[in-house]
Amino acid sequence: MARATRVDVTPAAADLMRRLRGEHGPLMFHQSGGCCDGSAPMCYLEGEFRTGSSDVLLESLRIDGVAEPITFWMSAAQFELWKHTHLTVDVVPGRGSGFSLEAPEGVRFLIRSRLLTERELSELS
Amino acid sequence: MTVYAAPGTDGAIVNYESRYDHFIGGEYVPPAKGRYFANPSPVTGEDFTEIARGTAADVERALDAAHGAADAWGRTSAAERSIILNKIADRMEANLERLAVAESWENGKPVRETLAADIPLAIDHFRYFAAVVRAQEGTAGELDEDTVAYHFHEPLGVVAQIIPWNFPILMAVWKLAPALAAGNAVVLKPAEQTPASIHYLMSLIADLIPPGVVNIVNGFGVEAGKPLASSNRVAKVAFTGETTTGRLIMQYASENLIPVTLELGGKSPNIFFEDVSRADDDFFDKSLEGFAMFALNQGEVCTCPSRALIQQSIYSDFLAAGVKRVENLRQGNPLDTDTQVGAQASNDQLEKILSYLDIGRQEGARVLLGGARAELPGNLSGGYYVQPTVFEGSNSMRIFQEEIFGPVVACTSFADFADGIKIANDTLYGLGAGVWTRDINQAYRAGRAIKAGRVWTNAYHLYPAHAAFGGYKQSGLGRENHKMMLDHYQQTKNLLVSYSPKAMGFF
Repeated sequence: MARATRVDVTPAAADLMRRLRGEHGPLMFHQSGGCCDGSAPMCYLEGEFRTGSSDVLLESLRIDGVAEPITFWMSAAQFELWKHTHLTVDVVPGRGSGFSLEAPEGVRFLIRSRLLTERELSELS
Repeated sequence: MTVYAAPGTDGAIVNYESRYDHFIGGEYVPPAKGRYFANPSPVTGEDFTEIARGTAADVERALDAAHGAADAWGRTSAAERSIILNKIADRMEANLERLAVAESWENGKPVRETLAADIPLAIDHFRYFAAVVRAQEGTAGELDEDTVAYHFHEPLGVVAQIIPWNFPILMAVWKLAPALAAGNAVVLKPAEQTPASIHYLMSLIADLIPPGVVNIVNGFGVEAGKPLASSNRVAKVAFTGETTTGRLIMQYASENLIPVTLELGGKSPNIFFEDVSRADDDFFDKSLEGFAMFALNQGEVCTCPSRALIQQSIYSDFLAAGVKRVENLRQGNPLDTDTQVGAQASNDQLEKILSYLDIGRQEGARVLLGGARAELPGNLSGGYYVQPTVFEGSNSMRIFQEEIFGPVVACTSFADFADGIKIANDTLYGLGAGVWTRDINQAYRAGRAIKAGRVWTNAYHLYPAHAAFGGYKQSGLGRENHKMMLDHYQQTKNLLVSYSPKAMGFF
């Protein structure tokens, strides 16, 4: 049985990550909360967004064709409210998104969620 | 009933240009890299103009223009600046209907809202800051017989402003009016989802503003917003958006040691105490309107009352009446003055809302109304419409804790005053709140107990100038919409003056 994960990516999102990695360099995600373009995953160059003790690393994503893991972060306070759910990074046609790297491509990363199962929860705890 | 013709079609009262460049130094200049991006109307999903795709070189050019203009602008008298702001307001008022239609077409919001709220509020905002800056004065402190501390307000210089897409013109004006009144030059980046209506506004008012005082660089956040927000040539960054970008902007600001103001959204509780149902009267009717207010602007408001907390003793009946009120909302063509609910501003916004409708159901919330995309006929079928949606569930669910930014309300009950306040404050955010009760003592205690910057009491979604707006907790830093904003755009200059001819006696 595969290892339980908190974050997965769709094939389309993985494709986009490969392209962005090739064009810009190593990547990271920070899941936003709040207004307008929020409640959405923000994709930055690794290290562009300074994480600290108020953040949680949910996953180091292994993407085929990307040498290094792509980190996926969230603020610790927000994680407390999200930790019972599994996240899938997807991509949809779209326009804007704070300073996220994919926006000029005419697409937007999007989170799809489901409840973690009992087995996953115990494995992840 | 009026149905306005879409801009660019026969009978339209307003038309957009086919392309907008950057507005820099009082004129339109093409982007350094020569690239443009298409701008669709959310009403139909079809492109209606193209917009310059700005980069760091364009931002530098705008900063050059702003720095060239800032000193002279900062030395103008408050009276001169006030006259210009009033002239801008007059020009907008003379074109109110055109601005309202342009804004609806750009954003997807119903024209009845832009006619009655967005544009009139923007006009009043210029007048408000034209007025308060005339009355602003420094202080003179007499420290002793021969020593006086004078305090003067001085402009910061060149400031950066990053505008959201939910009220493209009004949010730009909330930032522009105080900055200009205080004597600053501005480089402003509109949201890439709604970059055009600010340019229609500029087509009406540009001749009133000295070249270089207002500069607009279009483009995407990562390509134009980031070089602006991280520039060491701006004295302040004002941003409305979400938490992660807000933190990033603070990080850039920390590198340059400059202040920021941030407005970062919320998950606002709307609390209905049991006495609202005591009589079936005007007040009860008003409270039901207050419940339905989550659908205003399609829920794309940072203060959207997206959590309805209803006291247990009236929960079922009040909720049923509230759902009925929402059921009767008219959704359709935003350019029809009878339409109450229009389109979401972009496709990704639509997709995000649908993803929350999904997780809401998975977590066990019950859909009492709506819960899906709204399929509208004809040329609206390509637009981004969501049915006003009422969920019931519990406050720990993600739909109660995250800003969906759509026409979605999550409802739950509370037992008593203490329980209601506890649930209201059980959130990461603290921007807005609503309190509904006939008991003024209860209203006062609730308003003071809720940790949010704005508590509407027996009202919701009013945004008059002279009522400070801003967040507690993760909803941001600083305030807008009040004369205190002048301070957010000014330095304090202290002249400490000795009027004694005698040496101090130290050396």
